Amino acid sequence: MTPPEPSTPSTPSAPTTPSETDAPDTIEVGLDGHADGWELVVGLEVHVELATATKLFCGCANEFGQEPNTNVCPVCLGLPGALPVLNELVVEYALRVGEAFHFDVPAQSVFARKNYFYPDMPKNFQTSQYDEPICLGGHLDVDGVRITITRAHMEEDTGKTTHVGGGGRIHDADFSLVDYNRAGVPLLEIVSEPDIRSSEQAKAYASELRATLEAIGVSDVKMEEGSMRVDANVSVRRRGSDGFGTRTETKNVNSIRSLGRAIEYERARQIEVLEAGGRVVQETRHWNENDGQTHSMRSKEEAYDYRYFPEPDLVPVAPTPEMRAAVRAAMPELPAARRDRLVAAWAITERDAAALLGTPGLADYAEAAVSALEALEALEALAVDGARGGSPRDIVNWVNGEIAGHLNETGSSPAALSLAPAALAELVGLVAAGTISRNQAKDVLGEALADGRRPARIVTDRGLAQVSDESSLGSVIDGILAANADAVAEYRAGDDKARKKKRGFFMGEAMKALAGQGNPQVLNRLLDEKLEGNG
Amino acid sequence: MSELTREQVRHVAKLARLDLSDDELDRFTGQLAGILDHAARVSALDTDGVPPTAHPFPMVNVLRPDVVKPSLDRDEVLACAPDARDGRFRVPRILEDEA
Repeated sequence: MTPPEPSTPSTPSAPTTPSETDAPDTIEVGLDGHADGWELVVGLEVHVELATATKLFCGCANEFGQEPNTNVCPVCLGLPGALPVLNELVVEYALRVGEAFHFDVPAQSVFARKNYFYPDMPKNFQTSQYDEPICLGGHLDVDGVRITITRAHMEEDTGKTTHVGGGGRIHDADFSLVDYNRAGVPLLEIVSEPDIRSSEQAKAYASELRATLEAIGVSDVKMEEGSMRVDANVSVRRRGSDGFGTRTETKNVNSIRSLGRAIEYERARQIEVLEAGGRVVQETRHWNENDGQTHSMRSKEEAYDYRYFPEPDLVPVAPTPEMRAAVRAAMPELPAARRDRLVAAWAITERDAAALLGTPGLADYAEAAVSALEALEALEALAVDGARGGSPRDIVNWVNGEIAGHLNETGSSPAALSLAPAALAELVGLVAAGTISRNQAKDVLGEALADGRRPARIVTDRGLAQVSDESSLGSVIDGILAANADAVAEYRAGDDKARKKKRGFFMGEAMKALAGQGNPQVLNRLLDEKLEGNG
Repeated sequence: MSELTREQVRHVAKLARLDLSDDELDRFTGQLAGILDHAARVSALDTDGVPPTAHPFPMVNVLRPDVVKPSLDRDEVLACAPDARDGRFRVPRILEDEA
């Protein structure tokens, strides 16, 4: 259970998001009453935990999964007299984000206190940024549509509360337990304009945002572990209207796929409410993955009054031209450029490239495997007649097929796979060399993913290797043709249909003699040569 | 004179989790009104072209390197808390009943 609004901090985007300030209470409901008379309006607020060694304002370690309250100090516990000092790497990361999403970086940005009483922050305020964030007015192009990004600002994460009693639900709990290891972990909150018009577009935006954050190395962007949290502000309005409907904010979305489902659910729910003559209540809602619905948090969110004021314990941040130039000079390749490069270099489709970039770590994995494949210099020496060379496309087919399927099933990440990229290259090499067939390779891959053995080892252990050696295969065919001289005569005298049938018979006999491990391409060619009397 | 009302002071006190008696409400309403009057006089000055002050010190970019320092001992930390359990701070139930 995620506690109500304050525990997943988000500075309200009221100053910049028209849906909050100008929203009418109700929407006129027309007479046609069909869902297609409505337009969906979505803005996304994304919180990203930054991949630093330490917290935002103190030297406590920023680590996931440690023993509770072991990464705490006077600063992140808010003890009297403790003074925060800003982590310089957080500023650098924020500037990278500024560069990657084409933000303006104002000459000065300041921190502010967001005041609220909730035990996830021991200080009774969260240090965030309010009217002078570090990044303003950026954008991200998604499938040819430009989504404006209002702002990105630095703030600290909150502690983790566990509710005890009442089935662990906050409303019925007897008391709560708090772990402050996460309190003070650096976050960037990245807020889009309500420019998004479909759940597909929302997914594409979130996915491209994630790939970009991954590329610039500021976060490990794991939605399942909460290091990237996407909250969806959803409203609907009459098609053709340019006002905004009352929005809800949906939290607890743990994957890109869930984001799409949650938005679709909210859209349908709001339309139903409005068509029944009701009003959408502005509130925070909680996505439940199991029942596929959003639920009202029933917190008194409207009662919050954060009374932001400039944080007196921190001086302003004023990124210097040198800081910005250093960040600009070190910018890595961004996803759009990387997709273009892979399409051109590997002769793969846009769709394949997009799939590689759509899962964190997958493109890195594929690139490592392709490098390993290119390093397999023995490949050419191994290649026998009829075998095509292993290509980057073969790698990509495995990665986007079997391997992506395995990751989906297990919830694992590419970096954690027991099949190293070099092992995948080895597998592609084995198929290319004709040692095993593609079907056999599927089994080998399954075993390698399960127990981490190298593909070549699995081929040996299971005795899978195809026989491709010409003289062995040739003598097997010679034996079969000699033992079936009548059939050979019938073949030579027969019409096409008869020849085809006899040929199938010889092939079957040869495979039987080879226990199914003859290389079919080599066998076919040798059989043709010998039947036509050339062998 | 400021038009601060007792109700506004009561609201601010509630946001700050202060439980004020009627006498205190009267007293603080008068004191706060005086402070607001002073702020109103400052507000009335012409500050066009004067950049807002975020901090009294003329300093920017006070930064520290991203290097881990030792954290506190958990037992010592939790010993300062009114209540603890399982290595965590124990706090009263968070949501009040909807009234």
